Amino acid sequence: MNVALDEAPLRSDHEIVLARQMVRRLTQELGFSLVDQTKMVTAASELARNALVYGGGGRMKWELLDNGGRRGLKLTFSDEGPGIANVEIAMTDGWTSGKGLGMGLSGARRLVNQFEIDTRPGAGTRVTITRWK
Amino acid sequence: MQHIPILRMGELLLVTIQVDMHDQMALQLQDDLTVAIARFGSKGVLIDISALEMVDSFIGRMISDISGMARILDAATVLVGMRPAVAITLVELGLSLPGIATALNVERGMALLRRNV
Repeated sequence: MNVALDEAPLRSDHEIVLARQMVRRLTQELGFSLVDQTKMVTAASELARNALVYGGGGRMKWELLDNGGRRGLKLTFSDEGPGIANVEIAMTDGWTSGKGLGMGLSGARRLVNQFEIDTRPGAGTRVTITRWK
Repeated sequence: MQHIPILRMGELLLVTIQVDMHDQMALQLQDDLTVAIARFGSKGVLIDISALEMVDSFIGRMISDISGMARILDAATVLVGMRPAVAITLVELGLSLPGIATALNVERGMALLRRNV
């Protein structure tokens, strides 16, 4: 059951900062532990930056989840960029197409409970992550 | 552009990051620090991140790069004050900051640098 839904733009460095502050606030509202808050904020920062740097800007959508009393946060990062031709390679530690460390996608996946990526060359990229309390 | 202040204490430089840095600010700090090391002939750099609630791969890379640049300019770098939740997250993310000297707090970091310079 979704109890709330909203979104924020990711078009500049500053909006990445705002996005992670929003994720911090949402995880605090959900009563996440400090470590869990930090993991979700860090994963969000990686994916927000990917949307900006590789996708040419995008947006973050959030949903507060309640699954029979168990609360969680679902974040979706989407862009209309070039997409990723080989997701398997892109998910490898250390692989980068740009100036990063290549830890963004693979690292973000390790920090959350559920991770989904939907991308095609020319069709943009959408990454959805969920972390439960 | 907002700059992170760099304090000079004799042969050392002290940087306390107190804001949630956007990426451009992190890159600016790299520039400012290398200029300061060269200008003052500093032998050590202490970076205090006790106020940072998050370190992602970009900031991690910035810290690694600063340490490498400082070393080439003959200055040692010590990273201090990392919060436990940040350390846990950083290692899980896949970054353990190899080759970077760390200390629990500013006091111990200063002692470490003073022994080395």
